[in-house]
Amino acid sequence: MSRLGKITRRTLLVGAVAVAGGAAFGVYQVRKPVTNPLRPEQGASLNPYVIIDQQGISIIAPRAEMGQGVHTTLAALVAEELDADWENLRVLHGPPAAAYFNAALAHGALPVPEYNMKDWQRRVTEGLGAASKLLGLQVTGGSTSTVDGFTRMRMAGASAREALKAVAAERMGVDAGDLRTELGHVIAPDGTKIDYRDLASEAATRDVPQVALRNPDDWTLLGRSLPRSDMRAKVTGQAQFSTDIVLEGMKFATVRNCPYLGGGMAGFDPAPALALAGVEQVLDLGDGVAVIGSNTWAAMQGAEAVEIDWTPSPLPATPDAMFDQIARAFDARPNSTMRDQGAPDEVAAEIEVEYRVPFLAHSTMEPMGATAVLQDGHLTLWVGNQAPREHAKVAAEAAGIEVENVTLHTVFLGGGFGRRVETDVTRQAATLAAMLPETPIRLTWSREEDMRHDFYRPAAIARMRGAVTEGRAVLFDAKIAAPSVTRAAIGRIIGREMGGPDKGHVEGAFDQPYEIPNYRVAGHLAELDVPIGFWRAVGSSFNGYFHECFIDELAHAAGRDPLQFRLDHVGAESPVAGGVLESVRDLSGWGAPVPEEVGRGVAMTWSFGTPTAVVIDLERENGGIRIARAFMACDPGLVLDPAIVRAQMESGLIYGLSAALMGEITFTDGRADQGNFPEYDALRMFNTPRIEVAIVQDNPHMGGVGEPGTPPAMPALANALFALTGQRVRSLPLLPHADFLV
Amino acid sequence: MTVTFVVNGTPRQTDMAPETPLLWVLRDDFGLTGTKFGCGIAACGACTVHIDGEAVRACQIPVGDVWGDVTTIEGMAQDDTLAPLQEAWVRHQVAQCGFCQSGQIMQAADLLSENPDPTDEDIDAAMGGNLCRCGTYSAIRAAIHDAARVLNGGRAG
Repeated sequence: MSRLGKITRRTLLVGAVAVAGGAAFGVYQVRKPVTNPLRPEQGASLNPYVIIDQQGISIIAPRAEMGQGVHTTLAALVAEELDADWENLRVLHGPPAAAYFNAALAHGALPVPEYNMKDWQRRVTEGLGAASKLLGLQVTGGSTSTVDGFTRMRMAGASAREALKAVAAERMGVDAGDLRTELGHVIAPDGTKIDYRDLASEAATRDVPQVALRNPDDWTLLGRSLPRSDMRAKVTGQAQFSTDIVLEGMKFATVRNCPYLGGGMAGFDPAPALALAGVEQVLDLGDGVAVIGSNTWAAMQGAEAVEIDWTPSPLPATPDAMFDQIARAFDARPNSTMRDQGAPDEVAAEIEVEYRVPFLAHSTMEPMGATAVLQDGHLTLWVGNQAPREHAKVAAEAAGIEVENVTLHTVFLGGGFGRRVETDVTRQAATLAAMLPETPIRLTWSREEDMRHDFYRPAAIARMRGAVTEGRAVLFDAKIAAPSVTRAAIGRIIGREMGGPDKGHVEGAFDQPYEIPNYRVAGHLAELDVPIGFWRAVGSSFNGYFHECFIDELAHAAGRDPLQFRLDHVGAESPVAGGVLESVRDLSGWGAPVPEEVGRGVAMTWSFGTPTAVVIDLERENGGIRIARAFMACDPGLVLDPAIVRAQMESGLIYGLSAALMGEITFTDGRADQGNFPEYDALRMFNTPRIEVAIVQDNPHMGGVGEPGTPPAMPALANALFALTGQRVRSLPLLPHADFLV
Repeated sequence: MTVTFVVNGTPRQTDMAPETPLLWVLRDDFGLTGTKFGCGIAACGACTVHIDGEAVRACQIPVGDVWGDVTTIEGMAQDDTLAPLQEAWVRHQVAQCGFCQSGQIMQAADLLSENPDPTDEDIDAAMGGNLCRCGTYSAIRAAIHDAARVLNGGRAG
């Protein structure tokens, strides 16, 4: 990080190379070159992704590395065209800068299902990427990073390569067309080599060469599993997270926020805390306190010891009352009916059921934290985050300075899952730094603070009506009620009220590739002011469960095999989704007789551009139920790194299974009843299934991989439980309803 | 009062109160930030270190009670040479976010020192206290088997 800090603040031996839009190369480019944040004082249109100095090549990743391997893939996109030496590359997080806007965030904006978007609709959404540019949304999320970087990052590498070759050609007195590049060198026909490092400064002054991108058939890095750029640092303890920064004279802080959400603080007595060894100060944060100590443990002990008079939460007092409030949304008109086919009201329902899912915490391995120091009016922060510009802006506000006086270093994220879009801990760190100028502050939240002050995945209720005739579904009518993540989170991030139909609220349900003659999905927005936010797979994390459990009920009512039933409804609508179902069928050996002690469930969700199907095998063992095996098939289209895709699929599956089995946040008097892992656990090695993943590449459009594994995992588990026990549990988590081995 | 003990082969001393958990002395006093805080109640394993080769949860050991030599993740590699477990972790590309991996490696090292050829069941039992929210379990299990093969004179793979 310090390297990048130096590079961004002054000249050094920077050989950043110019790149421009080049509309010829694809739709992601922008017409006007972006300002290169790496040399802002130059004001030239330089390449924001490549730095070549005397130490070698650094690639600037515009997205946060939170475990999903995105640094590796984004760097590989540049390196593929640049002919950099993969083994000797550095990958750095980019600073907050408009240049790093995420155009692909807008791809899901149209209110139509992604699976059958027309070409013109895709072009419209790609045009909407310009809105991301205007807003400068430098956000890591929505499984968009690779889709967003696919053309831009290769362009950056190609332009840099050609600029380096142009300089070399002049020096060697040969034609640039006769030069080739390899492992960080330009090579002449006679074998003479010039190191990029010796060409970079001059190359940076050149006009942008317009070059064609290489044919995928010629790729040497993309399309294969590369050693991850972050692996060595992460197995040696050298990888730096938010609270791993060591600064001279640093103090250690923690906070105790009002646990009664929406409540506040009437007063507090710091004396019991100040009496403890190592506790130095107790600071008033308005709705809570911060404790500063000589070490983090002393601060945490102190935070517990402060006597605080909390004011109550306005939220409903019990978990049941919360659900009652959500259910009231059904009484009002729907916010959206994004799928409305046939005449659902005219078909008699054979099945009418209600499903419920609870609030969920992100529960990243690394609790929230940040390091900050205000020196000479300049605030420097180190925080793992998914939205650097927003974090910098909030930090500036909190410290009462201009954002130009904030340097924000994005460090590795100890898990993100959507939690680190939120700026709350950054705001606190900046506030503390401003209260204690010239003193570096390392702020670490306790696990309890983290779990009790999340921006939760909302609880949700679905009311379903369905009917079957002659083995096929003829009615699928869903009403879904929950507080709106889109409104809550987008409102916080861009400070704007979102109106209109809320697609995120019904994604995973309205946009599934089934052919059903009477097919309706209505979204009802509940008024319930629990802090909610983006949780892995967002709306699809609950709608995938609702949709695919109900499809299972329809299959059962039709007396059909649930996988074949799906194929019959999906195959004609979307051959790509059908292919995924066939793939998981073959991988799992679906259809072969299974022993009585085994129950198999299947589910398929199309989310974030990638249809993903899951088969779960449950097995009775010693009187309990084991999640024995999981089979996954996904089709994200062109795959750039198969090992990373596989790891993300497994990761998404385990995250989903953990939630479906045991994830539940409940609130009493507005305070989360769960505070640490014993009350909010996740799968561990011994209860994680053996997992096999098949990757299909028939999808003509590139999809994401970070989130699509999560939605189908939950219904597949529930459907397997039905297959094993005949018991249709219509709420999550499942653990209270069945004797799983945990 | 000063507490003195050996960390990664070097004698260290701290002026922190003896009841301070070892975790916070390592992180906040010694700057050994490879050992992570995850829960503070021995429920996640992110803070796992060795005392005389035995895996312990550093969040639960008062520094005044440290009874032997402490090894942290920073002490596993010798200069630039990774320990066999770390090599296996790299071969199997285990880490995702990486936050739990120091603890996972320290726990696995303890397992292999006691059981040089563990079965899947042995590994599952030994690693059950180490949570990973990214879900790297299958890669961890494979890496442990691989490291065991190497330590027993077999070929990596």
